[in-house]
Amino acid sequence: MSALTVRDVTKQFGSAEVLTGINLDIASGEFTVLVGPSGCGKSTLLNIIAGLERQTTGTIEIGGRVVNDVPPKDRDIAMVFQSYALYPSMTVRQNITFGMECRNVPRAQRNEAVARVAKLLQIEAMLDRKPAQLSGGQRQRVAMGRALVRDPLLFLFDEPLSNLDAQLRTEMRMEIKQLHQRLGSTIVYVTHDQIEAMTLATRIAVMRQGVVLQFDDPETVYNRPANLFVARFMGAPPMNTLSARLEATSDGTVAVIGGGETVIRFPVPAAAASWIGRQVVLGIRPECIAEPTRYFGDAPGATVMIAALVEVIEPTGAETIVVLRIGDERALARVSPDLHYRLGETARFAADTRKINLFDPETGDRIA
Amino acid sequence: MRDTTFTPGRILIYLAVWSLAAAWLVPLAVVMLNSVRTAEEIVQTSMIGWPEHWAWDNYRTAWADFCVAQTCAGIRPYMLNSALVSIPATIISTVFGAVAGYAVSLWRFPGDRWIYGVVTLGLFLPQQMRLLPWTIVLRDVGLINTLTGLVLIHSIQGLSFTTLFCRNYYIAIPRELIGAARIDGAGFFRIFRRIVLPLSPPILIVTVIWQFTHIWNEFLYGVTFTTGQQQPVTAALIALSAAVADVPQHGVQSAAVMIAALPTLLVYLLGGRYFVRGLTAGAVK
Ligand SMILES: Nc1ncnc2c1ncn2[C@@H]1O[C@H](COP(=O)(O)OP(=O)(O)O)[C@@H](O)[C@H]1O
Ligand SMILES: [Mg+2]
Repeated sequence: MSALTVRDVTKQFGSAEVLTGINLDIASGEFTVLVGPSGCGKSTLLNIIAGLERQTTGTIEIGGRVVNDVPPKDRDIAMVFQSYALYPSMTVRQNITFGMECRNVPRAQRNEAVARVAKLLQIEAMLDRKPAQLSGGQRQRVAMGRALVRDPLLFLFDEPLSNLDAQLRTEMRMEIKQLHQRLGSTIVYVTHDQIEAMTLATRIAVMRQGVVLQFDDPETVYNRPANLFVARFMGAPPMNTLSARLEATSDGTVAVIGGGETVIRFPVPAAAASWIGRQVVLGIRPECIAEPTRYFGDAPGATVMIAALVEVIEPTGAETIVVLRIGDERALARVSPDLHYRLGETARFAADTRKINLFDPETGDRIA
Repeated sequence: MRDTTFTPGRILIYLAVWSLAAAWLVPLAVVMLNSVRTAEEIVQTSMIGWPEHWAWDNYRTAWADFCVAQTCAGIRPYMLNSALVSIPATIISTVFGAVAGYAVSLWRFPGDRWIYGVVTLGLFLPQQMRLLPWTIVLRDVGLINTLTGLVLIHSIQGLSFTTLFCRNYYIAIPRELIGAARIDGAGFFRIFRRIVLPLSPPILIVTVIWQFTHIWNEFLYGVTFTTGQQQPVTAALIALSAAVADVPQHGVQSAAVMIAALPTLLVYLLGGRYFVRGLTAGAVK
C-alpha cells in the first residue's frame, strides 16, 4: 500500500520557487530519506506533507487519502523537529501526553502510553523534568517519544540528529534504525548528511534546489548516481570525476584518461558506445582505486592496473587516503593502511572498473 | 568587578549622569518637601525650602477633606475613579494585546501584516488628533462623562502598544513549537493558553506596568470627556490647583500630587526589575 504520495508539488514563497514538480511515491514500511544540501527545500517539503505549509500546486496523499485540505492534526502523522520543539513550560510527561490531551484520550490510557514509550526510549527517570533540565541527547529522545507515543500512518523527521555531537549522533542513528526495524513504521526522514541517508534509508531522494534528482534505493543512488551532483554529494570522500575520452578498440569501448606514460585506459560499458570519440566525465569511487594486490573479482577487465603520481597521503587509521595526480586532475584512492607510499613517487594501483560511471559533461546526466 | 579608576573621561560621564539625575529629581524633591510644609510657610518664605514644621496633616486634608469644585471630599473619590479606569483598561488592553501579538507573530493569515501595521499605526497618531473621533464615538454610544467611556478609550488605544510589545516578544518563540502543537491537535487558543502564555510573564509584567502608568497618568482624555465627580485624579488635580483660597494651598496640593503619583510608583517598584529586563532581553530561548 502506498503510505504517501507527493504528486507534482510546487511551492513558491513570494516570487521564489522553492520546490519544483516534486513527485514521490512511498510504500508502507519504507524508511525514506530526503537528502540534500542546506536550503534545497527539504524542510519545506516535509512541512507541506505535515500540513504546516500549504503547497502552491500539487497533491499530497497520505494512506490513499488526499489531504490537501486536511489540517495537520487530522493527517495521521507525527513529526520530530530539528529544534525538538519541546514545550518549554511542560514536563517531559506532559510533552509526551499533550497530543493525547488534545484528543481527549482517557487518563489511564495516556499513562499507559507514556510508560510504554518511556521504557522504549529509556527516559523513565526524567518524566517529571522540564526540557531545560535535559541534555541535548535527552531532549532528542523526548522529541522522539512525543512522536512514538502515537501510532500514525507516517512519521516525519526533520534533521532530528543534527544538533547532537558526533558520537551521540552515531548512537541515535543506530537506535532510530532499530526502532524502524522493530516497529515497521513508515518514515520520511530529512537530513543534509549523506552518511545518515545511506545508513538509514530503504529509499533515498536526493534533492537540489527544489528538485528531486534521484529517488532510488541506497545502493543504486551510490553505485549508479543519476547525475554528477548526486555522484559527488553521496559518499565521503566523494566520487572522483575525471575528464575522459571514449575510444573504440578491439576489446570494446575504453575511456582514455590523461596521456603520456601514465595514460589510463578503462573498459566501459557498451551502452556508452554512442559517445565514442567524444569527451565524457568518468566517475570512479575512491574505494575503487586501491593498492595493486587488491582483488576486484574475476570478470575480464574488472581490475585494471594504473600508475599515478602520489601527491598527498592521509592516514585515517582504518585506511589511508592517497591523493593521486591523473593527467591534470586529482583523484582519491583508499588503500590499505599497511602500505607505505612515498610522496612524489609514481606508484601502481589497482582500479575496479565494474562500478565506473560515465556522465555527459554538458548536462551532468549519467550516460552509462 | 567594580572599576574604580577615575579617568577624566569617566569623571565627565559621572558629572553628566549626576546632573541629569538631579535635573530629574529636583522637581520631585520640591514637591515632596512642600507636601509637608504649611501653606503659610510656603507663602511667607519660598517655594523651595526645608519644612520648619512637619505638616503631615496636609496628607490627610488632601486625601479626604480638601475641596475640589464645590465637593469637599479630598482626592479620594478621584483616586478611586482613576483606579476604576486604569485597572480594567490595563487588564483588557493587555489581554487583547497578548492575543493579537500572538496571532500576528506566530500565525499566518491573509492580511496579517496589514492588520499589524494598522494596529501599531495608532502609536504614531498624536493624541489631539484622536480627540474628535473619540468624542463622536463616546457620544454615539452614550458614554460621555462616564468612567466606562475612559475604559473603552484606553483599552482600545492601549492595543497599539500592547500588541507591538507582545508581538516583538512572541516573534522569538520558535515557529516549530506551534507546528508541533498543531500536529498534536491543539488549536489557536489552546496553544496560546498552554504554550505561549506560560512563557509570557516577563512581557505581561512589562505591558501591565506600562499600561497602568500611562493610563493612570493620562490627562487629556480625562479633562476632555469627564467633568466633576467623574474625573480621574489627574484631571481633578488641575481643578484642585485652580481652587481659590485666601492663601494658595501649595502644601496640600503637593500632598495631593504625591498621593496621586503613589500607585504608579508602587507598581514600578514592584515590577521595575522585570520592566528593565523585559525591555532589553530577548524573549524565549
Ligand atoms: N517562510 C519562508 N519564506 C520565504 N522563504 C522561505 C521560507 N521558508 C523557507 N524559505 C526558503 O526556502 C528555501 C528552502 O528552505 P528549507 O526548506 O528550509 O531548506 P532545507 O530544509 O533543505 O535546508 C530556502 O532558500 C529558504 O530560504
Ligand atoms: Mg531544514
